[in-house]
Amino acid sequence: MNRRSFLTTTAATAVAATAGLPLRAAEPMKVGFIYVGPVGDMGWSFQHDQARQAAEKALGGKVKTTYMESVPEGPDAERALTQLALQGNQLIFATSFGYMDAVVNVAKKFPKVKFEHATGYKRADNLGTYDARFYEGRAIQGYLAGKMTKSNKIGYIGSFPIPECVQGINSAFVAARKVNPDVEIKVVWAYTWFDPAKEADAAAALIAEGCDVIMQHTDSTAPQAKAQEAGNVYTFGQASDMSAFAPKPRIGSTIDNWTPYYTKRFTDAVEGKWASDATWGGIASGMVEIGEITSAVPDDVKAGALELKDKIAKGYHPFTGPLNKQDGSVWLKDGETPDDGVIAGMNFYVEGIKAELPK
Amino acid sequence: MIVGGIDVVTLISMLMVASTPVLLAATGELVAEKSGVLNLGVEGMMIVGAVAGFAAAVTTGSPVLGFAGGALAGAAMAALFALLTQVFLSNQTATGLALTLFGLGLSALVGKPFEGVRPPPTGKVPFGPLSDIPMLGRILFSHDWVVYLSLALVAAVWGMLKYSRAGLILRAVGENHDAAHALGYRVIAVRFAALAFGGALAGLGGAYLSLIRVPQWTEGMTAGAGWIALAIVVFASWRAGRVLIGAYLFGGITALQLQLQAAGYAIPVHLLTMAPYVLTIVVLVVLSALHRHGAQAAPAALGRSFHASN
Repeated sequence: MNRRSFLTTTAATAVAATAGLPLRAAEPMKVGFIYVGPVGDMGWSFQHDQARQAAEKALGGKVKTTYMESVPEGPDAERALTQLALQGNQLIFATSFGYMDAVVNVAKKFPKVKFEHATGYKRADNLGTYDARFYEGRAIQGYLAGKMTKSNKIGYIGSFPIPECVQGINSAFVAARKVNPDVEIKVVWAYTWFDPAKEADAAAALIAEGCDVIMQHTDSTAPQAKAQEAGNVYTFGQASDMSAFAPKPRIGSTIDNWTPYYTKRFTDAVEGKWASDATWGGIASGMVEIGEITSAVPDDVKAGALELKDKIAKGYHPFTGPLNKQDGSVWLKDGETPDDGVIAGMNFYVEGIKAELPK
Repeated sequence: MIVGGIDVVTLISMLMVASTPVLLAATGELVAEKSGVLNLGVEGMMIVGAVAGFAAAVTTGSPVLGFAGGALAGAAMAALFALLTQVFLSNQTATGLALTLFGLGLSALVGKPFEGVRPPPTGKVPFGPLSDIPMLGRILFSHDWVVYLSLALVAAVWGMLKYSRAGLILRAVGENHDAAHALGYRVIAVRFAALAFGGALAGLGGAYLSLIRVPQWTEGMTAGAGWIALAIVVFASWRAGRVLIGAYLFGGITALQLQLQAAGYAIPVHLLTMAPYVLTIVVLVVLSALHRHGAQAAPAALGRSFHASN
């Protein structure tokens, strides 16, 4: 192609693009997603993808979604988000905490495109955030763990020492201590959201340390498989139900249900009512669901867990004072509850956890 | 035995299992590189081996057939690479990278029906009373057969390269393919065989990941293990014995940092995680300093295409 024919083609394309604009209004609105893991991780990204499909179906052809999976957190995310914006997506969801700076930068570059960032806290006029109160689900896991453990050692596979994970550890521990004062929690940070081999090794290390209940804040089902192999170890489904491992080792689960939220946001965008905001749903709003508690759990324990779930749905806060911080200083006085700002930025362990929080 | 809150016996037996996939892949890559071909597609061959091994084991119900399937699939991927680089003389670096990307995509496609499925279990080798020996019993006699196979393969490769005529020919091809060709050796055939062997071992390593270490199939589950295998070959300065040390060192540090955390130590995880890579760079620097006036550690024809007309 010589320069002249290149220029002609470019000009022709530009004319065609301009002429095509009015037509495009009738076409479905394009919505893009980026996921941190593969959609087949059977956990976090899988759950977002299920919700994406369900919401697209609910809008009945008014919306056309695309997604990019296994997008690493960091500079690559910025490239992926830019690409989605250039492809004409009007609404773009970035579904991992580590996409924060990338999505903030790209949102600045494309002021007309709407962005939503899961589990983040930085917002702009065209950038909203949404999150689920996973710690409410963790409280129920903690209750079950405290009742079910025989070694009184609970293992917790953390991903990164960010507030979202610290909330989970604290919430599980507070609930477990309430029903079992001897319980201890051991934390291993995997420094990854998705690496089945490493997650399996982390579970193996915790089991070797004597933990007989394992909680995970990573996205694959590898820890479940490892617990199953070990035999007498209990686990919980994380983000997704992970029911393939029920009734044992998986005795319960916290399910992220993004479908109602995505459906609502898609609708808002199509109707031109979308506005940047910060949504933080929990058990009460159905964003956090508790999966079936299996037959491996005695009936009275199961009833207790469900009772706790109802209490939380009716407004009971998993962090209700009196609670001290790890160093012994008072965090919450009797009956006091923290405000959302404190929870969203949680960077300390509660009293009784022996591990040290990495800085 | 417990030292500083860490159960050493558990640590060692854990690191042996954790290191086996990269040990297998690195041993295979060592043979391929010794023949003078740089195959950067280890990650792709591993993941295809992981999914093929898993599929074969689940379909037939036999883990042994699963491992055979994984090795075959890895070898098939390597044969594709060999065809492109040896017959069609494509660029080895670019083809290797393409093989990795192709493998990741292909495995995701093939693996869809196997998500959430459980593989048939692989038992430990029954050593009878031997496994009851305190300490040594759990370290040496408490593993599945693939761990022992990987160790045997390292020994076999070492012996083959050092003492056998076949090893000598392989090395000759890798050091100077024109001279080997002039002597009447079939350079392309030797490289084809070396690559296929490397691919089979990478596939076996992948199958170990999906059938024993994790054990399940998840998309993208190798998560960079193939790249670590490539680093280990360089770290080992192309020697079989050092591949074993390198693989156990890399695996050992992963196992150690998780165990240290589980035991409640506040350790700088990032420092430990990057330690093997820093060591690899140090080894490279030391090697090039030592060999400034003598032979290089890397096979002289590594990465160079061969054509009989040259």
